[in-house]
Amino acid sequence: MRDTENPQARTIIALNAVTKSFGAVQALKGITANIREGEFFSLLGPSGCGKTTLLRMIAGFDEPTTGTIAIDGKPMAGIAANHRPTNMVFQSYAIFPHLSVADNVGYGLKKRRLPKAEYRREVEQALEMVDLGGYGPRAAHTLSGGQRQRVALARALIMKPKVVLLDEPLSALDKKLRDQMQLELRQLQRSVGITFILVTHDQEEALIMSDRIAVMFDGQIEQLATPEDLYRRPVNQRVASFIGVMNFLGAQVSGSDENQVSLDVQALGRIDIPRAGLPEGMKPEDIHRVGVRPEMMTILIDSATTAERIIEGEVVETSYYGDMTYYAVRLIGLEEPVTISMRNTAGRAVLRPGEIARVGFATDSIILFR
Amino acid sequence: MVVTFSFWTQNYLDLDTTFTLANYREAWTDPLYRELMLRSLRISVVVTVATVVLAFPIAYYVSFHVRNHKALWLFLITVPFWTSYLLRVFLWKVILGYNGVLNSALLGLGLIDEPLSFILYNANAVVITLAHAWAPFAILPIFVALERIDRSLLEAAKDLGDGPVRSFFRVTLPLAMPGVVAATIIVLIPTVGDYITPRLVGGTEGLMISNMIQVQFGKANNAPLGAALAVSSMFIVGGLSLMIFFATRKIGRGGAD
Amino acid sequence: MSNRRNKLNWLNTYAVVYMVFLYAPVVLLPIFAFNSSTIIAFPLSGFTTEWFGVLWTTDALHSAVRNSLLVAVSAATISTVLGLFAARAVARYSFPLERGIMGLIMLPLVLPEIIIAVALLIVLIQLGLSLSLWTVVLGHVLICTPFSIAVLGSAFRGLDPSMEEASFDLGETRWGTFRRVTFPLVLPGVISSLLITFTISLDEFIIAFFLTGTDVTLPVYIWSQMRFPAKLPSIMALGTILLGLTVALLILAEIFRRRSATRRGLDASTTEGLV
Repeated sequence: MRDTENPQARTIIALNAVTKSFGAVQALKGITANIREGEFFSLLGPSGCGKTTLLRMIAGFDEPTTGTIAIDGKPMAGIAANHRPTNMVFQSYAIFPHLSVADNVGYGLKKRRLPKAEYRREVEQALEMVDLGGYGPRAAHTLSGGQRQRVALARALIMKPKVVLLDEPLSALDKKLRDQMQLELRQLQRSVGITFILVTHDQEEALIMSDRIAVMFDGQIEQLATPEDLYRRPVNQRVASFIGVMNFLGAQVSGSDENQVSLDVQALGRIDIPRAGLPEGMKPEDIHRVGVRPEMMTILIDSATTAERIIEGEVVETSYYGDMTYYAVRLIGLEEPVTISMRNTAGRAVLRPGEIARVGFATDSIILFR
Repeated sequence: MVVTFSFWTQNYLDLDTTFTLANYREAWTDPLYRELMLRSLRISVVVTVATVVLAFPIAYYVSFHVRNHKALWLFLITVPFWTSYLLRVFLWKVILGYNGVLNSALLGLGLIDEPLSFILYNANAVVITLAHAWAPFAILPIFVALERIDRSLLEAAKDLGDGPVRSFFRVTLPLAMPGVVAATIIVLIPTVGDYITPRLVGGTEGLMISNMIQVQFGKANNAPLGAALAVSSMFIVGGLSLMIFFATRKIGRGGAD
Repeated sequence: MSNRRNKLNWLNTYAVVYMVFLYAPVVLLPIFAFNSSTIIAFPLSGFTTEWFGVLWTTDALHSAVRNSLLVAVSAATISTVLGLFAARAVARYSFPLERGIMGLIMLPLVLPEIIIAVALLIVLIQLGLSLSLWTVVLGHVLICTPFSIAVLGSAFRGLDPSMEEASFDLGETRWGTFRRVTFPLVLPGVISSLLITFTISLDEFIIAFFLTGTDVTLPVYIWSQMRFPAKLPSIMALGTILLGLTVALLILAEIFRRRSATRRGLDASTTEGLV
């Protein structure tokens, strides 16, 4: 898996107990994390969680109130943005409207006083890297949103930074273009091998693009993990409901021995969990809730199909998405309906509200929460 | 700058004579100064009301009925303002004079038999001239306020059964009030202290306080008294503007609740 | 519907009448400038360019024009530079007493000019400074700076703060950022501020009247000539020239303001309400 590609990779950015206060408001409450060289790292969280503040401090636009930031082993305290080996792609792209595309891309190179021919070659290379070869002479304000984004990226990459910082770079694009740019950005990052740090509030975007994701709430990192770990093993309910959809069910420990823990779960009944399946640091008595992803439950339409466990419920609502159908199903013994998603494969019928559904699930798909 | 100004004024009085309020006493009690001050206030209040009332329909017209050339209209409205103030005032004298443009035109058309004399060298002339000079200052704030009004509010009012007149008085006018207040204050303050207009077209009964201030600084050579008059008029105007500001704000709040 | 049409007609008529009122004096200016009679009244007697010729030979006028240009250029430059700093400071930083300080700076905008003139006169006398063109410049800077701040403030507000950050992030220094990004982007605002303050200073009378020494500015000169009826036609001619120049300057200022708006508009897409 991605995260095991190179777990031993060098740390490029070390955040150590970073806090930031604006007056009486504490925007960051102690962030400690190591970002590895060459990885695509995302800061994911709702607006106001402090992710942009953190990014701006890495860039050098703000200084931490306490704590330290080191880039490539060097402490960054007192080093301003123009002397840091980081470059940023802004949410608004901040393309200089009075310059041509080439002058925008070459903006940072000007300081280096390269020979003209070399300067031109570098700019053209950077433009080609983002598929804008030949766009150099154009006026910046004639570009479309997607093109601006590419220019902003080329302008950052040409500086050969150790880290590229991206502040919600795709939020201004429409859905189709965004999907396409997600893949392109990801491919580009792999081919240049530079560390990317992406700030986003879009969990899908973070899952698709990142090697690792730090989920932030209220100025703290709630969980730092690979996309898969995050989805499969969220550490708490907040992370679980922010990443994808999760059905929560009340649970009580009914018994435990050295091999397994027995739970009495709302609607699902008795479920035995092997001791080894408990998340690290969680004791049986901690468990008060369990979660099931919509796709981990199956509506068994054909009476012949079976599953490890089968329960019954009534379809309350059907939302047809084309490739998928989402059902709200009221399970026996549970007031609140659960969400179940089904892929619309060939010949599979779509149930209507009011119909009784047989719902199958596997006990190992159950996620435990405190 | 104004802080240093009042400071220096005090100091001046302090230095030149001993500290005394005599100048202020004179400024406030002498019937001549009082008359001038009251006349200045009266004229500028009339000017302000006239200017704002005349300006409102224009601002409304440009904001609501001009579709494609709003900027051009605003530009045209401001152009006369940028021509030499001195000359504009003088030209009003030409227009309003006994043998002036207006009189000769009216005579020529046979509308009047002898030239109108009540329009020059008196307060009326001052009012007309100042209403002209300050027109853009009244139109622009009102226009900005009208532009800010969300047009869907008017549609909502219409939808809820208000006719055009009712919706104007119940929606447009209240929402435009901040602009009207701004226009009022912007016009009121400088007109009280205007010098050129009363001097050129006001005659003797159209003279205002600033002419007296100038006389005190010039011929009369009584600068402290001039300063006292200036400070007094500034306070009166300042107080008046604050009163207008707070009064309308209170009304505005009351109306909003 | 017909009701609405009536109202619109009424408003249209009113607008036209009002514009006539606004333009009446302005239109008279060139008419009398080319009128051959020395009396400024109707009926007109004939066409002449004599009055323009007189202007060429009046030395006092020439020195007044020189003085006025000196004052206006200085006042425009100084107030625009001050306005640049103030607008930039207000747009980017918040500092203690910001509102109070800005209020004080903007105060001359609403103070009667005579009060400013008197206040300055007292200050200058107390400081023992003699009156000269420079004292007029000082007074004009005081009344022009608020206009500069208003014009430049809107230019700065329309500037995306991440523009400057992007430049800084790409290795530029603060000064380099100002030179390569900030200044070019607010340049249209700077030019329109220069033009507006230049025009205001050129036309200002009262402050110049109070604060000038032996050197008079153009409006003061005009004022002094108004006492002599024989000089009036040439003043009309002078006014016509001034009118032409001012309108040209204003059109220039407007063009620059618009260019700045489109530049910003392309980036922020919402520039409404900036007027």
